[in-house]
Amino acid sequence: MAIRISSTPVRVTVELSGEIDHHNAAALRLEADEAIQRSLAPNVRLDFGEVTFMDSSGIGFVLGRYRIAESCGSHIEVVNLSGRNYSMMKLAGLDRLVTLKRK
Amino acid sequence: MKAINEMRLQIESRSVNEAFARATVAAFAAQLDPNIEEISDIKTAVSEAVTNCIVHGYAEKVGRIYIWAAIYDNGHFKVKIRDKGCGIEDVRQAMEPLFTTLGGERAGLGFAVMESFCDKIKVISKVGKGTTVTLEKHFKGRDADNDRG
Ligand SMILES: Nc1ncnc2c1ncn2[C@@H]1O[C@H](COP(=O)(O)OP(=O)(O)OP(=O)(O)O)[C@@H](O)[C@H]1O
Ligand SMILES: [Mg+2]
Repeated sequence: MAIRISSTPVRVTVELSGEIDHHNAAALRLEADEAIQRSLAPNVRLDFGEVTFMDSSGIGFVLGRYRIAESCGSHIEVVNLSGRNYSMMKLAGLDRLVTLKRK
Repeated sequence: MKAINEMRLQIESRSVNEAFARATVAAFAAQLDPNIEEISDIKTAVSEAVTNCIVHGYAEKVGRIYIWAAIYDNGHFKVKIRDKGCGIEDVRQAMEPLFTTLGGERAGLGFAVMESFCDKIKVISKVGKGTTVTLEKHFKGRDADNDRG
């Protein structure tokens, strides 16, 4: 599990790779939230392109970041989702809160 | 129905074991020659059940998680995940999508995910005694994958 964060004035990009489960999510959360809160960018992009596995902790991760971003007035988009992860996020109704984009 | 092969696994309820548990059960299920989607289904469902034992069943303490799995003729797979933790007061309510007693980063979707990725789920729980989740899935296998092109 790894996280890479980059930032421009308009966007914070959080690239995730590996497996997202309850065990891994804790560390990811800390790093992602720090970057989101530090930045004033209106857009937060969560890139799931290299995520090889996720369970409902991945959904919880997006929900948690959505709450943080919303309180900072920024919008979340989740990109490069595999068909499977896209369906799981739709099942959770995340498409009503954030923008979901498939690979 | 008589199992062709069975396995048992006992682990401590440490979150680092979530990946170990799902990978081990998936490796055992691989004897049935499932396709990649089916293996992901099992991995995800087992991850949900094991995580629930850790975050809810044993909450602040470390206990034991008991996993049993079996394979049957015709691509049938069954896995049981049990804890001797706090138990669930109202199983029907617990299984409703979005219901969670923890909030925070928990979405309340673990059972919904298990239901959508398996053919059958059974939950038996007793407050103060623990919880057993039984998941069943029929694998169509790699041949089905090829048929689809
Ligand atoms: N093994 C268990 N022991 C005790 N309570 C459990 C157990 N498994 C589930 N529960 C209860 O059932 C509820 C729903 O479980 P479910 O997995 O659907 O959601 P969650 O774990 O709260 O959130 P998520 O799985 O999305 O992270 C839990 O909040 C908890 O109260
Ligand atoms: Mg759960």
